[in-house]
Amino acid sequence: MTASQQQYDVIIIGGGHAGTEAALAAARMGAQTLLITHNIETIGQMSCNPAIGGIGKSHLVKEIDAMGGAMALAADYGGIQFRVLNSRKGPAVRATRAQADRVLYKAAIRQQVENQANLQMFQQAVDDLLIEQDCIRGIVTQSGLTFLAKSVVLTTGTFLGGKIHIGNDNYAAGRAGDPPATTLANRLRELSLRVGRLKTGTPPRIDGRTIDYSQLETQPGDEPIPVFSFMGSAALHPKQVNCFITYTNETTHDIIKQDLSLSPMYNGNIDSTGPRYCPSIEDKVTRFADRNQHQIFIEPEGLKTHEVYPNGISTSLPFETQQKFVRSVKGFENAHITRPGYAIEYDYFDPRDLQPSLETKAIEGLFFAGQINGTTGYEEAAAQGMVAGINAVRRTQELDAWVPRRDQAYIGVMIDDLVTSGTIEPYRMFTSRAEFRLLLRQDNADLRLSETAHELGCLPAAQWQAFSEKREVLETQQQRLKSSYVQPSEVDADLEEKILGKKLKHEYSMYELLRRPEVNFENLQQLSSLDLSDIPAEVSEQLEIQAKYAGYIERQNTEVEKVAQQEEVKLPQDLNYTAITGLSNEAKQKLMEIKPHTIGQAARISGITPSTISLLLVHLKSKPTRKSA
Amino acid sequence: MPKNITQKELICALATPPGKGALAIVRLSGKDAHAIAKKITHKSLAPRQASYTNFYNHDGAVLDQGLAIYFQTPASFTGEEVIEFHCHGNPLVADLLLKTLCNLGARLAAPGEFSLRAFLNNKIDLAQAEAIADLINSTTEQAVRTATRSMQGAFSERVQEVLTQLIQMRMHIEAHLDFPDEEIDRQQIEQLVSQLTKLKHFLNELLQQAKLGERLQTGATIAIAGKPNAGKSSLLNVLAQSEVAIVTEVPGTTRDPLSADIEIQGIAVRLIDTAGLRETQDIVEAKGIQRAQQALAQADLVLWLTDVSNEDSQIVPSGIDAAKIIYVHNKVDLSAEKKYNDDENIYISAKAQTGIDELLQQLGEHLIGDNNIREQGDTPFLARGRHVVALQQAQENIHSAQQRLSNSQELELAAEDLRLAQQNLGEITGEFTPDDLLGKIFSEFCIGK
Repeated sequence: MTASQQQYDVIIIGGGHAGTEAALAAARMGAQTLLITHNIETIGQMSCNPAIGGIGKSHLVKEIDAMGGAMALAADYGGIQFRVLNSRKGPAVRATRAQADRVLYKAAIRQQVENQANLQMFQQAVDDLLIEQDCIRGIVTQSGLTFLAKSVVLTTGTFLGGKIHIGNDNYAAGRAGDPPATTLANRLRELSLRVGRLKTGTPPRIDGRTIDYSQLETQPGDEPIPVFSFMGSAALHPKQVNCFITYTNETTHDIIKQDLSLSPMYNGNIDSTGPRYCPSIEDKVTRFADRNQHQIFIEPEGLKTHEVYPNGISTSLPFETQQKFVRSVKGFENAHITRPGYAIEYDYFDPRDLQPSLETKAIEGLFFAGQINGTTGYEEAAAQGMVAGINAVRRTQELDAWVPRRDQAYIGVMIDDLVTSGTIEPYRMFTSRAEFRLLLRQDNADLRLSETAHELGCLPAAQWQAFSEKREVLETQQQRLKSSYVQPSEVDADLEEKILGKKLKHEYSMYELLRRPEVNFENLQQLSSLDLSDIPAEVSEQLEIQAKYAGYIERQNTEVEKVAQQEEVKLPQDLNYTAITGLSNEAKQKLMEIKPHTIGQAARISGITPSTISLLLVHLKSKPTRKSA
Repeated sequence: MPKNITQKELICALATPPGKGALAIVRLSGKDAHAIAKKITHKSLAPRQASYTNFYNHDGAVLDQGLAIYFQTPASFTGEEVIEFHCHGNPLVADLLLKTLCNLGARLAAPGEFSLRAFLNNKIDLAQAEAIADLINSTTEQAVRTATRSMQGAFSERVQEVLTQLIQMRMHIEAHLDFPDEEIDRQQIEQLVSQLTKLKHFLNELLQQAKLGERLQTGATIAIAGKPNAGKSSLLNVLAQSEVAIVTEVPGTTRDPLSADIEIQGIAVRLIDTAGLRETQDIVEAKGIQRAQQALAQADLVLWLTDVSNEDSQIVPSGIDAAKIIYVHNKVDLSAEKKYNDDENIYISAKAQTGIDELLQQLGEHLIGDNNIREQGDTPFLARGRHVVALQQAQENIHSAQQRLSNSQELELAAEDLRLAQQNLGEITGEFTPDDLLGKIFSEFCIGK
């Protein structure tokens, strides 16, 4: 070993949302960790819209937070507008969304990275991976420096083979303003991993001083201001501001239609797939031609900048056309574009080539996390980063990988979707992806995951303490409600009529009453002489949700039990499915391609029937394979 | 719990051959089987002892009396907790018992599932692994066959129709839940409620239909059809061993479908003699032909009778599902040529009573399937029972969804109910592929701010 070679436990390549969560988790677990990025100044950068959370996404953020991650707390420090989405619907689909000041958010992440024990940063592009006998040994930087580690996590986002399109112009880039990681991309293409190409886009940014806000609808934040992190508080929030809404119109659409041939999406320059839920304005105008307007959300980029992000008009039309159509929008008549919108194409690796731990099947010790796996969004990236970071450390300790099941976390849903089904478009989380949606709420992310995180060693001590106290109060109070009874005689008849609509026939426990749809925590207090005022709000909220959902939760738990049993039956990675008698050719081909890790995963592969699963069980039983480590 | 034994979710099935017999055994296996048995028998069962007891349904009404035996894990057929209910050999009773078990949380076992569990829990020799694999494959195929047979035509189409509507509604509800900020044309909740009401009625009709089919089906229905004077009534009489039908030389004698109940290999069978199909000016006979066609559509098997001595009768029937036709060539006593039976063609003489045993044998095989393995596969009877359970559960879930929808706070609960309802109906159509609701949302709505 030469003097220039430095040894770490874990190396993380990339300082985006996946890279920082991976590095922080690894370091919290006590591993000597190196975070290497081509530019330390862009650590924690929000490269797309300035917002964290949203439906499905905030569920991920809360889960990351429940495991000691950085994202939720950074959103509390950087959030300049907070809203609870679906607030009038049930708790399972409620979500938090924060507009973030890019500078404040980045600073909050940077601060956590810089103050994390066991974590060092280094600035230099990575050009090569050191691989011996299909096992990672370390990395080599642009200037030839070598760093060694047992595990390496690659989180290079859209930087691999990135190509930016504006009209007919295109050039290689990682993200607007950053160079692409071409050498590394070429190196990775040499490995036996399947590579695909995806695209995404951004809207032009606008100078807020050139917008006539008086013509726009105002969208204020919620009061009281929501808080993201289990460890956060509203006191952390900076000054709060408004968002605004405006609309495209028929003139806008005409301008776009006229220049459609200049869009690389339509003239054949781009043939990779973009997300269906985030279409460019060209797509919207073409595919939904009957609509005479489309909504534009004007999101502030920060407190100390005038730039705004007009969400909803992502485009790759030439700059002149962008300017023309933007100025046709109400309130944007004099708008000045500060940065043109663009489409970016980039490489991603087929996530079906990953283990559920996010380690590549081809190279031992090499983990992938984030957009490189075909996902989109900060939250999706950060969640993968956390899992990859944890498993990178566990590998160095020769421990089994940790992967949450689909019934335990949205993180588990996402990883299982990716490694089992792959993706044909940038993958984004939605609550409808989770069959156990009623169990996977953002309000109970800590109850689902904090204890596990504590056992894994990635939960800070203070957070474990706070969580344990909350859980104890919750359990005590639940017991109290279950063992406290309301007698028909002690209830005021008017109140009874008002709250319950009918008379109580016999005594009921407070918990039973809370289960009724018409009873909430507030009027429960009115029905009883028991003093409930000492119960903290977060606990009463949890008690009420658990009581209301109880029937459904029991039903889902039965399903969970079945799923959990299937997940316990492991399938060896070297199983030769073609040799199993009775399997259809289609089943053999699919099983050989995915190489599922468990019977449960096999059952989720499309086209695999229950009888195929039975045959696999019979095979496993009759031909005992050696125990895998 | 003993080592290496896993207790899975509760499954139940008939363990004896379907049809009438002195006894029928319904078997229940899985976690907490004993607890469920307590709810059926209203008593605690001692292990390995036969208790004479009442069987109660979930409303507390007595279904039957019989024996219940509790096998503790691991000393049972599957290695799990197992209860055997020995009830009277009336298919209706066994079916009600199965339904009660399903209402209490068990589900009807998949083909080969008891044996599979026995095997996984080391209760069956490893050498038998291959046989188990064969069993799973053959019984699955058979289940598919019988399920298709029992839900031909209109029924299956209507289930599909309900499914399509359900998916459409789920798409709207999921769009409400996942995209509240989007400016999309969501269907109003009130509209969804009224759609659900319609769907519920529709499902109710379907359920009545399925139940009716099930009752007629305390076994199976076999229709005898063919051109006039092919000898249909003679065949009915031979099979029924009595003069149920009036046999004359005059073509067109039978007008109303006549029926006789007989047993074939333990299965109760209703034989229906139909009017000869021909063009007619006679209003009464025309009405009879119309009824005959209905009877043919509803039958599980159709015996298409031809007269080997008469070229005119050799015509191939139209409008009847080819899969359920058996060609019976009558009056071989009048023909000099020697004919040989195959899967679809049987040669008989109703008058001379030749070939009748072979015909009965063939009918038995069609009704039960060629399944002689220790576990009984699906029969049309059981398949239909499965449908009734699935339809009932779907109906309950849709009813719950409708209640939930009236309160916007519970939209996600309605979504869950409808997801389950779709699963219930999927069990009828046998569709296991995950649905692409998001794909439907993206193609229908302009999502993406």
